[in-house]
Amino acid sequence: MNEPIDDLYRDILMEHYRFPRGHKKVAEVHMHNEGQNPLCGDEIEIAVELDGETVKDIYVSCMGCAISVASGSMLAELIRGKTLSEVKRTAAAVKGMLTGEENSPKEDLGDLEALKGVRNYPVRIKCALLSWTTLIDAISARESGQKVLASTTE
Amino acid sequence: MRVGSQLKIDALEEHNFASQFDVELIKRDFPIFARKINGKNLVYLDSAATTQKPQVVIDAINDYYINQNSNVHRGMHTLAEEATLAFEKTRDQVAHFIGGAKREEIIYTRNATEAINIVASSWGQSNLKKGDRIVVSRMEHHANLVPWIMLSKRTGAELEYIPIDENGRLRLENIHKVISSNTRIVALTQMSNVLGTINPIGEIIDFAHRRGAVVLVDGAQSVPHMPVNVKDLDADFLAFSAHKMLGPTGLGILYGKEQLLDNMEPVIFGGEMISEVRYDSAKWNILPWKFEAGTPHIAGAIAFSKALKYLGSLGMENIRRHEMELTAYALERLSKLDHIRIFGPTDVKDRGGAISFIDADIHPHDLATFLDSYGIAIRAGHHCAQPLTKSLGVNATARASLYIYNTKDDIDKLIDGLKGARKFFNYE
Repeated sequence: MNEPIDDLYRDILMEHYRFPRGHKKVAEVHMHNEGQNPLCGDEIEIAVELDGETVKDIYVSCMGCAISVASGSMLAELIRGKTLSEVKRTAAAVKGMLTGEENSPKEDLGDLEALKGVRNYPVRIKCALLSWTTLIDAISARESGQKVLASTTE
Repeated sequence: MRVGSQLKIDALEEHNFASQFDVELIKRDFPIFARKINGKNLVYLDSAATTQKPQVVIDAINDYYINQNSNVHRGMHTLAEEATLAFEKTRDQVAHFIGGAKREEIIYTRNATEAINIVASSWGQSNLKKGDRIVVSRMEHHANLVPWIMLSKRTGAELEYIPIDENGRLRLENIHKVISSNTRIVALTQMSNVLGTINPIGEIIDFAHRRGAVVLVDGAQSVPHMPVNVKDLDADFLAFSAHKMLGPTGLGILYGKEQLLDNMEPVIFGGEMISEVRYDSAKWNILPWKFEAGTPHIAGAIAFSKALKYLGSLGMENIRRHEMELTAYALERLSKLDHIRIFGPTDVKDRGGAISFIDADIHPHDLATFLDSYGIAIRAGHHCAQPLTKSLGVNATARASLYIYNTKDDIDKLIDGLKGARKFFNYE
């Protein structure tokens, strides 16, 4: 299995796609946002329960391709227990990894490292970013005290 | 090969090509098929998005810039004269291609989308008021939907939809209620880019005319794939794009009946579209230039001439027959795959070669990426028809669409690819 496509659809990614984490509703919704990739129609809903500034629990529901579903699942797994400022740093690191930006923060992204292969498929980067964009927009909206508007990866 | 192709096209004009619709020969005229995609031969099944270009069209673009480059309708020199002649010659060809329109009735635009927007903004704005009705169908491309939504908001005219049935055909049993006596315009696709459905556009035009409405036909998918005759149809407006019929991108056509176009205000103002300008006023140029402000896509129009010639040589009837045969074959093979659900009519008599489908388990995007790794190009998404896609109960579909250079072998490769995807994603 040396085809480039195997590098995109790694086993770990497919495992997240089949059995996405964070599919249980959270007890109390402190942050909520819906995201859409208008190009392909993928849709995601994210709800976060906070304990102060820390993510206590997260719900991710994604109707989309393997990349966007797996990315959302990995997000749910990775950010539980992180503070919101840590989440923002992680999101920047994920974006940096996917787009190959040199100056982005580096950190251990766990299973998300499996998404590296997406870098070779520019049209699919938006799929991988959908969950992260949706979450970051929710955080920004919370910080500025605004009503959350639906996010898009356009 | 280049010279050979060129000669072939010229020779085609003198011989009846009907009996020799030879796809292998046709394929050789398209240099892109020499390219490898991910190490594989290209299987191009995305012609509903845009078609590939034959060498003659590509050469014509180059030739204009190398040998004739100049602006049209302005210069008093040899180059300008030659360019203007070639540019205007294509207009005559287009008029002939769609069934003997007048050259005044052929407006160059950027694409079909712009052509529809001109009608909505100009004709629509001056002819619609509150209480009037605009009719479209539920299978329209965004290009033939959003301009009418916006026009409806601007004028207060209501927007009504012709519904579709579960097989992707228009439901016409209540057409007399939908196209009511207050209906001023009906804007309808002749062939759906998602479902492939060919609509009985002639009957609908007749009915709309009896109600006093004008009809705009979105021909973006039909004109490239079947004979379309504006005179027989009695269409009031027809919009289509050059790039979906072997021509260059950035060029579209608006056909409109002379009397309608004559009474319409231009929507873009500037050079070329005027006859006389003072510091405080301007008079419009005559048709067709009234609607062609600014320097047009000269190279595009000149090269489109070669595309029309190519299609004309093959014969639109033959192209339609070829695609019906291929579509029937594709539908038959696809329907034998248990995990595949096909959308749209199953009878090739009332459908074209744009075939949307989904796999029960694999998302269309993943399918498209997987197939691409085998050099097979399909489209995945909502195909610029989001409300329609939603109404099918999905967020996205995969779409394979056919043209003159496709073969049964291409379909076989698609089927193998779809089977391979099931294995790759561990569903079998």
